[in-house]
Amino acid sequence: MLNFVTKPQLGRHIYKTNTILNTILQINRLTKRYGALTAVDNLSFTIEKGNVYGILGPNGSGKSTTLGMVLNVVNKTSGDFQWFNGNETTHDALKKVGAIIERPNFYPYMTAMQNLNLVCKIKNVKNAKIEEKLEIVGLLDRKNSKFSTFSLGMKQRLAIASALLNDPEILILDEPTNGLDPQGIHQIREIIRKIAAMGTTILLASHLLDEVEKVCSHVIIIRKGVMLYSGSVDEMNASHGYVEMQAKDDQVLLAALKNHPWFEKVSIDEETGLTKAMLTQPIEAEELNAMLFEKGIVLSHLVKRKESLEQQFLELTKQNA
Amino acid sequence: MLRLLNIEFHKLRYSKSTKILTLIYFILPLFIALLASIDFNFIGFNIHVADQGIFNFPYIWHFNSFIISYLKLFLAIVIVSMMSNEYSNRTLKQNLIDGMSKKEFILSKFYTVLAFSAASTVFVFLLSMILGLSFSDYTEFSIIFSELEFLLAYFIKLVGFFSFCMFLGILVKRSAFALGFLFVWWIIEKIVHVVVRFKITHTDSGADSVMQFFPLEATYNLIKQPVTRLNFIQSAANQLQTDISTDYAVHWYSVLIVLVWTTIFVWGSYALLKKRDL
Repeated sequence: MLNFVTKPQLGRHIYKTNTILNTILQINRLTKRYGALTAVDNLSFTIEKGNVYGILGPNGSGKSTTLGMVLNVVNKTSGDFQWFNGNETTHDALKKVGAIIERPNFYPYMTAMQNLNLVCKIKNVKNAKIEEKLEIVGLLDRKNSKFSTFSLGMKQRLAIASALLNDPEILILDEPTNGLDPQGIHQIREIIRKIAAMGTTILLASHLLDEVEKVCSHVIIIRKGVMLYSGSVDEMNASHGYVEMQAKDDQVLLAALKNHPWFEKVSIDEETGLTKAMLTQPIEAEELNAMLFEKGIVLSHLVKRKESLEQQFLELTKQNA
Repeated sequence: MLRLLNIEFHKLRYSKSTKILTLIYFILPLFIALLASIDFNFIGFNIHVADQGIFNFPYIWHFNSFIISYLKLFLAIVIVSMMSNEYSNRTLKQNLIDGMSKKEFILSKFYTVLAFSAASTVFVFLLSMILGLSFSDYTEFSIIFSELEFLLAYFIKLVGFFSFCMFLGILVKRSAFALGFLFVWWIIEKIVHVVVRFKITHTDSGADSVMQFFPLEATYNLIKQPVTRLNFIQSAANQLQTDISTDYAVHWYSVLIVLVWTTIFVWGSYALLKKRDL
């Protein structure tokens, strides 16, 4: 950290806190409008070094547009963003970023090697690491094959290798497993996990919740261009869970639960016929059973569950519909 | 600048179609030169094209730069597809993400246009030099190196024309459509020419002075046709008592018009790219 501070740049304000030195990307009220449609609406968040971020949202929620704007391919309507505290121009900053958006884009008539050599020239880095990165994604034996002969999974892996060539400060992946078969999805996730383990900051956009849940430490949820949640995955999962119950007389059970401070959002699930209640505090199943038994309600079914991220996500996006 | 040229050259050198078209572009003139320098036995007449004075210094500068400039169409295909392929392969997006600025992208293409034009000009220079030294009636140093402004005009002509192709490639995004558009534009200029000639100015010279401001006509105007300058054509014209004298010189204002168009096309390409969401 100190070597950053000991080299102050002339004429530039030196920030006093360390956290700012660790900021990779700062987005401030970024907005994109396509005519009447607002694709991204006043989005603000910050990416700190060393974390794995997930941008979560259904298809068409503005994930790719947001990434497109910070990656210099989509023009913003208003707001601003800063790479590495704004010390360099966006295109110079992008040389320190590795990014794949939507589909792998390479020159079809060039081989894997030739394509990666070109990327090295654009990024202004030595091409010594090409083989090493091809090894990471398992494409070393196909390095002299033309890109047009690759399967989608291989193309996507080549794209990851290409994004890693400059040992990026941050790796940005937009729907990296989109359109892949289960084996391909598994391979890509393994690679991402490997890279995350090496300490690289990752920003992963996806509409697949388990993908984000499995890999990310932080999550940003957007829907229709509006940010719904931003924070750690753990905090998002912090609810006490819910219980599913069944008794002879559902109405009596319902009334008993509704007037009790342990529960909220009590309802009867139409599909299963089970009575569902969210817990407001950590209650064990035994305590709950005993409490209801005292009230003369005998349960024929009792299950305590923790909500998955998927349910949380659906909950969040439903509330704001 | 070298970095950008290097990047663009890397993109071009592995493309088969680019290689073939470029080879054709440079080999065809060699064939023409070869054909022109051998004897033809044409229905009993011995025609030796080289003896008609087309390879005389300094006329050869004019003649070769005019004839070979027609082959620029082959390179036009290369230029158009090097622009529009970046769209269809979506590699333009990847280039920008990898840290190229939009300005650098356009510059790398424009530098390539300059490089192609320069290579072609050097090629015309060497070819004319060899043909001239072999067949010219005059080989005095001062005569050889006179009228070299035709080579400069040739260079400007190619740069202007290729910049137009580059702009069309970006504008239309599909190589076939861009080349089609080029052809349509050529027809439009011809139609406008006819309209201006017969409806507005009513004179040839008046129409020419209007048409010189259109991009294709402007590039064409840089090097006027050299045929009527040939001795045997002129003597034939004299015998027929017709006046075919044309102003063959390369004029500064023609050069200026093409340079202005080049600037518009390069800047226009940049403006288009900057405005667009990819």
